[in-house]
Amino acid sequence: MGFDQYHEPASELPAETRTFARLCASLTEEAEAIGWYEQRMAIEQDREARAIMRDAQGEEFKHFCMDLEFLLRRTPLWREIAEGILFREGDIVERGEEAEEEAVEGAAERGAPVAGGLSLGIGSLRGAES
Amino acid sequence: MSHLLREQAPISDSAWELIDEEARERLKPALAARKLVDFSGPHGWEHSATALGRTTPLTDAPGDGLEAAQRRVLPLVELRARFSISRDELRAADRGAEDVDLDALDQAAHRIAVAENRAVFHGWASAAITGVAEASSHEAIALGEDCSRYPRHVAMAIEELLCAGVDGPYGLALGPDSYRRVLETGEHGGYPLLDHLRKILGGPLVWAPGVQGAVVLSMRGGDFLFDSGEDISIGYDRHDGEAVHLYLEESFSFRAVTPEAAVALTP
Repeated sequence: MGFDQYHEPASELPAETRTFARLCASLTEEAEAIGWYEQRMAIEQDREARAIMRDAQGEEFKHFCMDLEFLLRRTPLWREIAEGILFREGDIVERGEEAEEEAVEGAAERGAPVAGGLSLGIGSLRGAES
Repeated sequence: MSHLLREQAPISDSAWELIDEEARERLKPALAARKLVDFSGPHGWEHSATALGRTTPLTDAPGDGLEAAQRRVLPLVELRARFSISRDELRAADRGAEDVDLDALDQAAHRIAVAENRAVFHGWASAAITGVAEASSHEAIALGEDCSRYPRHVAMAIEELLCAGVDGPYGLALGPDSYRRVLETGEHGGYPLLDHLRKILGGPLVWAPGVQGAVVLSMRGGDFLFDSGEDISIGYDRHDGEAVHLYLEESFSFRAVTPEAAVALTP
């Protein structure tokens, strides 16, 4: 593939944003692969072949979750909204609306940085220039 | 409302952005440990302890025919660096001033970064943190002031790590004095010592305020574990007519789980 995960000129983007974009692209690819395996299994008649595909799909679940966790750690506002939606019972749309309202408006009211959340979002600095 | 109480501070949105950005700019160069060790989290302010996977036997189980044990954990420490910003300066920031006095914030950022580095590399006994250098099972190598010998010392350290079966890449945390000497030194033909050391290491060479001497450590992963509860944040304490009183805060624990994966270089 080329460098089409970038919407803006890569040379003008900071390293953090390029990493973020790569993980977003990776997240998309994992989600696509999960969908493809689901379709293949739906029509595959061979039980053994289906078992292999189920195993492979499990790998994609793992990859998707790791990508997502990385992105959430780097994006406190996204994480805050996700915490209001994921692994909760009840109406998903209602949960989503509430989580967005609480997180976004709350951040605006308290003058939090656009990047969201409460911390400065520094995290790991591995790979940062020394 | 979070425990940081930011929304209660008499600080505009744009001034908060300025303060947060200034803090990031000051912290990132100085947070050496985060450039070299594994970072887990942030797990949130409510995260109180790191699980160690070990237990302590209890001999007084409340009943007969029972075995009892208690889980062992490493409690997180809270670090806080207080600072104040003049309300006049905040008003100047709102008017678009480019030279807002944030010196107190800069100093607080340096203090908390140095403390984090010290805890990770030299330990913090009362917090039950053993640092990378003091955990090392290798004999320390004297660094000295002769920079021309630094490549030899670093190569010796890496050889010790290799002999112990510890793979690279390797990183080097250099205390400020040693780092300055390295920057100032060119070797034969003017080849920068900094680049030579980087080639030997195969990994980063990091300016590490708070470190005495230097530490060579493996960055293969799984050896040195920084567990972040709340990542560094800015909170509000109080204000008066003259100033707003704020603080930088974080919570973390640290474990050096592979003592043979680092070599200390003493000053």
